[in-house]
Amino acid sequence: MSTRFWTGSRRDTLAGYLFIAPQLIGSVLFVFVPLGLVFWYSLHEWNVLADTFTFVGGENYQALADDPKLADALVATGFFSAGLVVLNLSLALLLAVLLNQRLRGTVFFRTVFFSPVVVSLVAWTIVWSFLLQDNGGINGLLETVGIDGPNWLRGEGTAMIAVIVVQVVKNVGLNMVLFLAALQGVPANLYEAATVDGASRRRQFLSITVPMISPTILLTSIITVVGSLQVFAQIAVLTQGGPGTSTTVLVYYLYQQAFQFHHFGYGATLSVLLFAIVLLLTLVQWRMRRKWVFHES
Amino acid sequence: MSRRAKTAVYGVLCLLALPFLFPTWWMVTSSLKPVGDIFAFPPTLWPTDVSFDAYARAFELQPFARQYLNSMYIAALVTVGTLAVSSLAGYAFARIRFKGANAWFVVILVGLLIPSEVTIVPLFKMFDAWGMVDTHWPLILVPILGAPSVLATFIMRQFFLALPGELEEAAKVDGLGRFAIFRLIALPLARPALGAVAIFTFLHSWNLYLEPIVFLSSSEMFTLPQALTQFVDAYGGPMWDVQLSAASLTALPVLVVFVIAQRQFIEGLAHTGLKG
Repeated sequence: MSTRFWTGSRRDTLAGYLFIAPQLIGSVLFVFVPLGLVFWYSLHEWNVLADTFTFVGGENYQALADDPKLADALVATGFFSAGLVVLNLSLALLLAVLLNQRLRGTVFFRTVFFSPVVVSLVAWTIVWSFLLQDNGGINGLLETVGIDGPNWLRGEGTAMIAVIVVQVVKNVGLNMVLFLAALQGVPANLYEAATVDGASRRRQFLSITVPMISPTILLTSIITVVGSLQVFAQIAVLTQGGPGTSTTVLVYYLYQQAFQFHHFGYGATLSVLLFAIVLLLTLVQWRMRRKWVFHES
Repeated sequence: MSRRAKTAVYGVLCLLALPFLFPTWWMVTSSLKPVGDIFAFPPTLWPTDVSFDAYARAFELQPFARQYLNSMYIAALVTVGTLAVSSLAGYAFARIRFKGANAWFVVILVGLLIPSEVTIVPLFKMFDAWGMVDTHWPLILVPILGAPSVLATFIMRQFFLALPGELEEAAKVDGLGRFAIFRLIALPLARPALGAVAIFTFLHSWNLYLEPIVFLSSSEMFTLPQALTQFVDAYGGPMWDVQLSAASLTALPVLVVFVIAQRQFIEGLAHTGLKG
């Protein structure tokens, strides 16, 4: 009896579900239930101190539209993401191309550029906040060449740039490694043929290298854009969102509203906005892949 | 490559290397200087009289050893747990034919789109309701089972897809069950992917900052990133010498492991199925 019921395919189905059960239950419990709750909370006014939870419909969304600080937060987020993505991807590609040459010492340099990735994020940020002070190491170095450096983290114009640079140096090694792996996958005979045809190195880079590694460029740009929307520790340690609101990015604003001012309902509304932005950007990038990804493996 | 081109490449590389090496150098040397010398001008690149005083104070001002242990054991548990969950799920999605597999895979993959920052408010309320605020449970359960392990499952699936099927077929003929095949044949072959996932996962847990400051409130429960920012004086200003010593203590172990194992480290990350 039992041998007939437990056919091969039934056994496989049972095994399959048992194997994916932890991940499936975890996704439901810690991803989908909280995601649903975020939408639910965003329709409520939630006063933690008075312990009241009242349905207010779209009021939080109206507040979102009327919030002057939100516009600042979106501008700061956009500025950070754009600056980070452009600097990170171009530096990563430059480093990968330089280190893909047949040169002695490339392993040493790969280690150097990758090493900040493994340094604890907050430790790294603390060192930079020390270096970037008015009387810190960066200005000390600048002074030795006769430049009077600004107070980087306290200037409206310089704080965000400082945060971006700190983050690029921290994580560019990751993209560099992914680009290196992609570069090593480009068949060498393409370059040989192009050299025979008399194509310049620049031409070869634009017509062979970039198209051949375009899937990796797409992937790293998606990872970097989504990652840039999640920046939090760097802001909390370096600038606390200041000066003014110049570095108050969306996640930091969400944290302030929910966990410092205890506006959980409004915090949930900001979460919905963050989710919408992540979703939109990912979809746009995914649609674009047909246009500029040369081949897909 | 011509001599001149070579010199130019080395020049660019050395110049670019400065902002990558200087902060770590500055952190370690400054942590050894007496407080007065930290802001000396012109800055000294080498400590003149070495003092470990600030290192000792890091352990006096906070239960720093305890916090160190917290970060270590949480990251270790999360890494082992994620490896188990993601290799099981990744294997099933890659090698077991069962109804609904593709649909469930898409459902789980959606989790990748949802940064944990989006769900932090409800997660806080959930763990609050379960009486788990100011415990380490949220920092262990969410990474192992939630969105962070979805990426791990994806990487494992990509790896298992590329395995040749003959070994499994032979094992099946020999009468081995699914789990035995997974554990005895597939898992040992998956060492490179498991290594990459382990690195990703450990670093992710080691660096968590938003979650600890949301979920934890008593200093003996704190994790390292959170503890580092607590070395402040009575006015809330940072105690630089202690902060830099503590930061050195958290950065150096991982850095040393990395320098020893850097080849496997970088290659492991480069070969996670993300190749172009």
